[in-house]
Amino acid sequence: MSIWDNLGLVYALLGAAIAVFLAGAGSAIGVGIAGQAAAGVVTEDPSKFAKVLIMQLLPGTQGIYGLLVGFLTLSKIGLLGGGAAQIDPQTGLLILAACLPIGIVGLISGKHQGKTSAAAIGIVAKKPDQFGKAMLFPAMVETYAILALLISILSVTAIQV
Amino acid sequence: MAVLQMQRISICALKKDRKAILEKIQALGIMEMNQIADVDDGFEKMDTMEAKVSFERKAQLAESALTVLETYEPEKKSMLSSLEGKKLVEKDAFNQVVSERDTVIETADLLVTYSKEIAEKKAGILKLENQIESLSPWLALDVPMDAKGTKKVAMLLGTMPGGTTLESVYEQIAAKAPEIEAVDVQIISSDRDAAYLAVFCLRQEEAQVEEVLRSGGFSRPAQSVGMIPEEAKESLEEEIQKLKSEIADTEDAIRGYKEDREKLKVISDYYRIRAEKYEVLGTLPQSQRTFVISGYVPAKAVPAIQKAIGDRYDCAVDVEDLKEDEEPPTLLKNNSFSSSVESVVASYGLPHKGEFDPTTIMSFFYVFFFGMMLSDAAYGAIIAIGCLIALKKFPRMSKGMHESLKMFMFCGVSTMVWGILFGGYFGDVVDVVSKTFFGHPVTIKPLWFAPLNDPMKLLIYSMAFGVIHLFVGLGIKGYMEIKAGKILDFFCDVVLWYAFLIGLLLMLIPSEIFASIAQAQITFPPAVNVAAKVLAIGGAVGLLLMSGRANKNPALRLALGAYDIYNITGWLSDVLSYSRLLALGLATGVIASVVNQMGSMLGKSVAGVILFIVVFIIGHAMNLAINLLGAYVHTNRLQFVEFFGKFYEGGGKPFEPFESDTKYVTIQESENAE
Repeated sequence: MSIWDNLGLVYALLGAAIAVFLAGAGSAIGVGIAGQAAAGVVTEDPSKFAKVLIMQLLPGTQGIYGLLVGFLTLSKIGLLGGGAAQIDPQTGLLILAACLPIGIVGLISGKHQGKTSAAAIGIVAKKPDQFGKAMLFPAMVETYAILALLISILSVTAIQV
Repeated sequence: MAVLQMQRISICALKKDRKAILEKIQALGIMEMNQIADVDDGFEKMDTMEAKVSFERKAQLAESALTVLETYEPEKKSMLSSLEGKKLVEKDAFNQVVSERDTVIETADLLVTYSKEIAEKKAGILKLENQIESLSPWLALDVPMDAKGTKKVAMLLGTMPGGTTLESVYEQIAAKAPEIEAVDVQIISSDRDAAYLAVFCLRQEEAQVEEVLRSGGFSRPAQSVGMIPEEAKESLEEEIQKLKSEIADTEDAIRGYKEDREKLKVISDYYRIRAEKYEVLGTLPQSQRTFVISGYVPAKAVPAIQKAIGDRYDCAVDVEDLKEDEEPPTLLKNNSFSSSVESVVASYGLPHKGEFDPTTIMSFFYVFFFGMMLSDAAYGAIIAIGCLIALKKFPRMSKGMHESLKMFMFCGVSTMVWGILFGGYFGDVVDVVSKTFFGHPVTIKPLWFAPLNDPMKLLIYSMAFGVIHLFVGLGIKGYMEIKAGKILDFFCDVVLWYAFLIGLLLMLIPSEIFASIAQAQITFPPAVNVAAKVLAIGGAVGLLLMSGRANKNPALRLALGAYDIYNITGWLSDVLSYSRLLALGLATGVIASVVNQMGSMLGKSVAGVILFIVVFIIGHAMNLAINLLGAYVHTNRLQFVEFFGKFYEGGGKPFEPFESDTKYVTIQESENAE
């Protein structure tokens, strides 16, 4: 039996790691971009703090989706409490593949949602009463992260261990 | 559930009652000013610009005085004070303060002057401190800095570049002017950038010595005082002390006016009201004896105006329905539950003239979807109870805030219901606590099913709710077209789409794709299958032929029809978009269970309990905050993009009545005009 036959669990854990770190990195970039814009607005008008903070938080959800998929994967492969399940390489790779959508889409959409949030913060700075509309633009980007999350969740839960 | 019917009301009255009538209308606050555009002969507008500006300036002055008071004597406020709303002031008390307005304005003036004085003195201190700073290297010098020396001996003060030592100065002098012998150099102090020198030499050689030193980088001090530096410093410090104590006195004086804060607020509002009144006054057409005032009033408020103005003054009140081309302001009227989401509709855009008010229908879907996305009974209870307490405790909060809190309260209740259906109470806290700390796991059974165990089932339901939501939207579009008498449009744009979509749905449900997602095979009787095909094909053909009906060219018409059928992809993506109901619901539950799991890591021990409590509070607070935001944003999105996209345009102008638009106080009318 070669070492390759024992790597199932490693692949699965790698999947969880990818989901968490790519999506988390996307959110970190996005929240960072939006945060710079938000800080600029608050220097001019501290009373808009609450509104721009909400805007800044919008790209933060991808990281949470990544965490969600990572957590589902960990509980699937039995790493959370109880012993790790026996996983053959094929199942491990299946789990890895299931984690990819939220990881990759999370990274890219997080960054772009951050840029959109920064632009929406510009709207709030000039026209605070248009908050409702401004919030919608970043939410549009998020749709695709949600779709990716959905596929990741469905695939992870569907794989039989 | 409706857009209130507006009517135009025009009042023609005597000029002597002008102010009284305007004040009455302002106090009622139910009329939006809209003067009939052109001024006829004999009518002209009064120039009130100057008066208005002067009132605004006074309001601004009171405002600045309040800022000054706030800086030196901050008002004690609780964290929730923003919820308190404007203070209620009796009309009599208001008039009492207004009668003292000149003294109050003087006070305001004084406060602003004080604050200017303080600013000037602070700048003065800064200047003095700079002087002390520039003196500090010379402190060791025990003669005045501008001392010229004695009859025979001259003194030169100045700086040389950093690193200069006594030896190097003597060397320079010896090298460049060997004939000079009587030179004494003292280094008063030195730092990294410069050495501070006092040089003594014979008076007749002064120029020569300075020349030599200058070639080595010598320069006279930029500032020189006619005193011994040490003494100069002391006197400067005394001056600073004096300024500081003066500032303290002025600050005390400012604090002495803290009792006037309320008066300043009232006066600021008083001038704001007057400025507004004069702004309207400036737009009124006036003749020598009469004036005309015109504007929009909600139809049901007309009798109130009739009673308050028409019966009391010599005037003619004319009420008329709106003309075809008039675009009146929009005011919505809904029941207590639905009115709480009016602000959400308004943030998209109020209905324009003749458009259906979607608030009531939207409010049910809004609360339903919000609860589904958050779906945790405990979180829902926290939100609902928190909002309820705030609503009860601060009954005078601003209207917008009141409506928002009410909306969140309803959403909290809905969240609680969904939480019970899905079995989420702080995620799985009951399981985790009972297992970790009491040894035997207890699970609260979900009333319906746990989404995490069967996500596909919830996905199907999410999309089904989505289809219902979208069909309702399309239905409203149909209703509006029927109401406008466009029967053909209704048939082509609405009925055909219904047929097409329902046919497709009925074809999809028995198919294998659906069966694999729903994990259940549904079989319809053959008649339904045939009906499904008939509906789908009939709808598609109808759309192909009819969508481009505005075009005469048959080829173009078919092409437009085909393009309209292509919109089916839009429907597909709209329905898929409702999968966020599942995704966000799962996110709440899963993060909550991550928190619980982290908290229970240390197991059953004292430290374990402490860790659990800390992690529980911080973790769930964060999870609640972030998912509350998510649920709010995405519920809005589902309404704005998917639902409104089917029928709603918006773009109405909000109703902005001429009223006492105050900032701090609400004046309670002693006589009720209703």
